[in-house]
Amino acid sequence: MLLANAFAMESDLVRADAIEATEFPHLTQRHRVMGVPKTVVNGTGGVEGAMPEAYFLEAVLSAASAQMS
Amino acid sequence: MLLQERDRQAVRQRFEALDKPIRLINFTQELECEFCRETRTLLEEVATLSDKISLEIYNFQTDREKRDVFGIDKIPATVVMGEHDHGIRFYGIPSGYEFASLLDTMLLVSRADSGLAPETRKRLAQLQKPLHLEVFVTPT
Repeated sequence: MLLANAFAMESDLVRADAIEATEFPHLTQRHRVMGVPKTVVNGTGGVEGAMPEAYFLEAVLSAASAQMS
Repeated sequence: MLLQERDRQAVRQRFEALDKPIRLINFTQELECEFCRETRTLLEEVATLSDKISLEIYNFQTDREKRDVFGIDKIPATVVMGEHDHGIRFYGIPSGYEFASLLDTMLLVSRADSGLAPETRKRLAQLQKPLHLEVFVTPT
């Protein structure tokens, strides 16, 4: 999550929310969160697990571009 | 008191590394929100541990204007910002592992530098559209 926050620091186009999964069960359900961390990108899809910076960047960018195509 | 004296000392020590002022903005509601009161109390305690931290508390139901400004749609919500709002939010109580993340984020924002690798910065600079990351986490 710190990476997502760092991305938000770096770019004005990035917003980063940390969501405590057990407090918002309707969201965990909607986004099919089975384990944490899970990063939902632009409201759909997502990236599961924690990973190094370069991998996380690739994962979120490809999730975002998959939505646009 | 949510933080033990030992924790307070450790946090105070970490906050010595704070550089630029930090604003914590909390949205709460006294009724019908199990973790709101605890979140607010925790933030109040944290804010006393460094004079670089200021805390603002708003009511999710009545402070609609602020709610819109910060784009808050659920509570408890905590905005961590410096001079500018970078779009960083914590939803839910930042306790346990999340408390460590809150502290790390405060230090990050206070440095006013993402600390990311040059290649990551380059790629993020090329973004054309908004990117919204919702990271689901748990306190343990």
